[in-house]
Order: sequence, then C-alpha cells, then structure tokens
Amino acid sequence: MSQLVGLYNYWVVIVLMMAGLYILIARYNLVKKMIGLGVFQTSIFYLYITMGKVDGGTAPILLEDAPDTVYSNPLPHVLILTAIVVGVATTAVALALTVRIHEAFGTIEEDEIKAIEAAEPEA
Amino acid sequence: MFDWLVWLVSWALILGGCLFIVAGGIGLVRMPDLFTRLHAASVTDTGGAIVLSLGLIVQAVFVFGSAMAAVKVLLILFFTLFTAPTASHALAKTALLSGQVPVGADGRPVLDSPETAARLARSRPDEDAR
Amino acid sequence: MIEHLVIGALLTFLVVIAIGIIVLRDLLAAVVLLGLYSLVAAGAFIVMDAVDVAFTEAAVGAGISTILFLGALSFTSHEQKPRGNDSIVAAVFVVITGALLIYGTLDMPHYGSAASPAQTHPELAVRFIERSAGEVGPPNLVTSVLGSYRGYDTLGETVVVFAAGIAVLSLLGLRRRGSPGNLPPEAPGSAPGLTPVPAPHDPAAETSGAIDPATGPRRYARQRHRVLQVVTKLIVPFVLLFALYVQFHGDYGPGGGFQAGVIFASAFILHGLIFGLQRTRQVMPPSVVRMLMAGGVLIYGGTGAVTMLLGGNLLDYDVLAHDPLHGQHWGLFAIELGVGVTVTGVMISLFYAFASRRSDDREPARDADGSTPTGATTGAGGTPRAGDASTPGA
Repeated sequence: MSQLVGLYNYWVVIVLMMAGLYILIARYNLVKKMIGLGVFQTSIFYLYITMGKVDGGTAPILLEDAPDTVYSNPLPHVLILTAIVVGVATTAVALALTVRIHEAFGTIEEDEIKAIEAAEPEA
Repeated sequence: MFDWLVWLVSWALILGGCLFIVAGGIGLVRMPDLFTRLHAASVTDTGGAIVLSLGLIVQAVFVFGSAMAAVKVLLILFFTLFTAPTASHALAKTALLSGQVPVGADGRPVLDSPETAARLARSRPDEDAR
Repeated sequence: MIEHLVIGALLTFLVVIAIGIIVLRDLLAAVVLLGLYSLVAAGAFIVMDAVDVAFTEAAVGAGISTILFLGALSFTSHEQKPRGNDSIVAAVFVVITGALLIYGTLDMPHYGSAASPAQTHPELAVRFIERSAGEVGPPNLVTSVLGSYRGYDTLGETVVVFAAGIAVLSLLGLRRRGSPGNLPPEAPGSAPGLTPVPAPHDPAAETSGAIDPATGPRRYARQRHRVLQVVTKLIVPFVLLFALYVQFHGDYGPGGGFQAGVIFASAFILHGLIFGLQRTRQVMPPSVVRMLMAGGVLIYGGTGAVTMLLGGNLLDYDVLAHDPLHGQHWGLFAIELGVGVTVTGVMISLFYAFASRRSDDREPARDADGSTPTGATTGAGGTPRAGDASTPGA
C-alpha cells in the first residue's frame, strides 16, 4: 500500500508517456503526431520534477530569516527548464516542416504522402 | 476571536469562489448551445475569480501579514477582469460571424432575419437548408 | 495528505486529457486540449514546488506552442482522416512497454523521500542549497544553478533556440512587403490606418458579413473588432512591463530570461493577431527581430569570451569584477539578458514566419506526368481563419 502511494506519481507518468507514444506511432496525421510528442515530453518533465520533490520542502528560493527550511532539489528544475525550451524549439521546426510538406504534397496524412512519393517517377 | 472571524470569512469567500467555478463547469457541460455555454463559462472567470481573490486577499493580509501579496492578487484580478470577458467576446463574435446561430428554447436555431439565415446556410454548405 | 489529494486529482485530469487527445479526430480541439494539458501540468508543478518550471511551462506550453500549432493548422485541414480500426499492434506494444517501465519503477525512491540519491549527493543538491549563497549570490537557487553552475548547458540551450529560429526562417521565410499574395499595398506616402476613407459608414456592409471593397479590409477590421483592439492597446504595455519585471527579478523570485523572452514576444504576437501583421511589422521590423535573435547569443558567448580575455575560464564570472560575488552578479545579469533577447527574437520571428506564409505559396507543380496533385489542396487553405471555424458540434 505504501508502495502504491509512494510510486503512484511514477505510474501515472508512465501512463501519460504511453498515451503520448501511442499517439505518436498509431496516428497518421503529422500534426497529431506532434501533439502526441508534446504529451510525451510534458510527462517526462513531470517525472523529473517528481524526483526532485522533498516532503515538507518548499520552492528552492532561499529565505533569509528561516535558515532551517528544507528546500526541494533545484537541479531537476534547471534541467527541465532547458528541456521545455528545447521542446518548443523542436516543435516549431517540426511544424514548419509540416507546413512545407503540406504545400508540397497537398496532404499531411502519412500514408497518403507515402503513396504519392511511391507513385511519382524516380527523379 | 478575531483570528476565528478572519478564518471564517476568508474560507467562506474561497469556497464561494470554488462554488462559482464548479457552477461554471457544470453549465459548460449541460447547456445546449455555444452561446449559453459561453455565458456559463464566463461565470468562472468573473464571479469565481473575484470572490476567490477576495478570499485570498483577506488571508494574505490577516493570516500571512503580507500586504505585497495582497496587492499582487489584486493586480492579477484586475488583469483577469480585463482579459477574460474580452476572450469570451472574441469567441462569441467569431462564432456569430462564422454562422453559428443561437438556439432558441424549443431547440431550433433562432432565425430572426434573412441575413442570419443566409449566414447559417453559408456556414453549412453540406447540409440541406432547413 | 491534502497535497497528495491535490496531486492525485491533477494527475487524473492529465490522464483524462491525454485519453481525450487520443480519441479526438478534430485537430483544433486536440490542440486546445494540449494547451490545457500544459496548464494542468504547470499547476501540478507548482504543487511540487517547481515554481520556475511551472512559469515556463505555462508560458511556453500553453502559450507559444498553441500559437505555433494553430499557425500550422491554418494551412492544413482541421480534421484527421477517419481510419478503420485502430492499430492493435501499436496498442499491444505500448502496453508491453508500459508494463516493463512500471516494473522498472519498483526500485525507485518513493515520492518525496529525502534519502534518495538525488537529494543526498554531496556535490549536487546539498552543495547548491548550502553554498550557493556564498559562491554565487542570488536567493533563487534555480537561477544560480542555471546561470552559473550549469552555465554551459544554458549556453547550449540558447544556441538550440537560435538554431530553431534559423531553421524555421529557412523553411518558411519572411515575406517582403508587396510580394504577390500579400495584403493590397498601401498608397505611397500614406501610413496604414490614416488613409482617408471616402465612403461613409455603410450599415449594409456591417450586417452582410462581406468585406466592402470600397473601404478596404483595414477599416472593416477596425469597425468589427473595436473591443479587441481597445483592450489590446490597454493590455500590451502591461505585458511588456511584466516581461521586464520577470527578466530582472529572476534573481529573487521565479523568473529569468526564458520566461521573460516568451512573455515579451507574446505581447507582439497579441498585437499581430489583433492589428494585422503589417502593423506589427512596422512596430517590430523583421530585420530588428533577426538582430535580436543573433544578438542574444552574441551577448551570452561574448560574456564567456570576456571572462577568458580577463584571465579566467569560459563563463567563469568570478573574474568579471573586483570580488567574486559581484562578478557572479554581473555575469548572471549579462547571460540572462542574452537569453531573454534571443528567446524574444526567436519567438517573434517564428510567429512572423508562420503568419506571413500565404496559403497560395505553392511549390512549382511537379512533372507533367501528373503524378503529384499539388494543386488539389484540402479545402481549408486560403480561407480566413475567422470564417473557417469547423464547429465540431460545440
């Protein structure tokens, strides 16, 4: 029982991760895949932040008049800050590629794109 | 005695704000039409935000002793009251312009002018005109 | 106990939203749900004491990401094509992977335990918490770790953001004024918005919903969106002020360069959405935005170069002033400025790139063998966004 309570956060993270992974591999629409990637990324952020939390801790901003406060671990916060920004950069490039793919092929469904590519004569 | 009164007032305000928000959420699900749903959801941002913020201000000033936090909550409330109704307005206006017509009490669209009927027909080219 | 309940409730919301995203076919609704997902995750981060991360997740995930997705969706169709049955192989694979991962978590430290290796490593969390005030200075530990202890990572991150901006610019490009497909060019010598309108207010044009060609799209927009324009004009200065506050207050509270850059850019994006891209391009020309993009990385790298020229290592801020604490203070100030400037430039140029791409920009048609139906686009490209709301029975 205490394992359930203590590990519940991780299990939910895994459920969310798998949901994002499912969207990524089982849906053919390119924009839907990017949305699934976003779900996946945010669940990973949640995993790291969960690992940084300390019971009874507070945000890692030093308080002057309370020298004995317990702070949560600031290192995962820094890593995830970087990860969030890199994630949005990747999303932006992927969406730009999607727009160009749509202009070139007329569709953003992956199987239709493959069919068009297979049907065109070898350049 | 005063502490007890402050606790009561602030928690009454906070729970009242939560009640508004829950009411907005229920209305969002139960209402029949976009415009009525929008109206229900706007309760969340106005009634809920105001009452909840008042409760937080009371707690900030009397329980935590931080007037700065109260000022910040007041500013947040001020900006929420500016932007949330504008968002509802933008949504309603876009819906109207794109042909959504309010549904009357009998469940059928309210077509009160030929322009409205024309807009409704234009926005649903694949359905037969009713 | 209450905290566990709150976390449990938020996590349940997240799972429900994720399931909703899987099931929905309408892409617009899925994008809105993604924004909601980011926002609920930001709330969960706050409950877990990660205030800086929550700030960034809310600004970036619920703000910029949604704008980018909507920008991409405005050129493509709004719905997934309906499929037959969902792929069973994918579902089985996902379930097996999930089961293996859950088996792997059985050894992990419980949530909140203070005895886990991450919390007790003497050179990491313990050192940051105990010695950061003496070695670096700012009360916000995340800023001091981000800027000083892990300064290389942040330099790499800034360069990644810059690279993404360049990549999107090279893919989508920025339209020059007057090129085909742009808004009708203004008469020379007249500033937009001040063009004298000859025809009086025409009530028929208001109610029929069509753009009256006599008065032009600008006056039409001003009449129809008066509320939005007034509120935007009131709000934008406060957003900019708040962005500056977040930038410079990052040492003492949640904040810093990334969040400030995103908020600063979102003010310009709001302006662009309401007043039109041409007006925003005059306020913030694309050339200035490009200079901002590169300038921030220059400031950051330049700080590293300056520290090397002054005798220290790369990004060793101790040598920047007469004593290490002041040097760290100046170093953090400079690099946060660099980060904020680059993120502003990149976000604004992303918006420009997506928004100025006209839907009639097509690649030249492929070979005359007729193998590629480039001309036959899905129907949603080309219609203005306001009139194209595909209502999923809302």
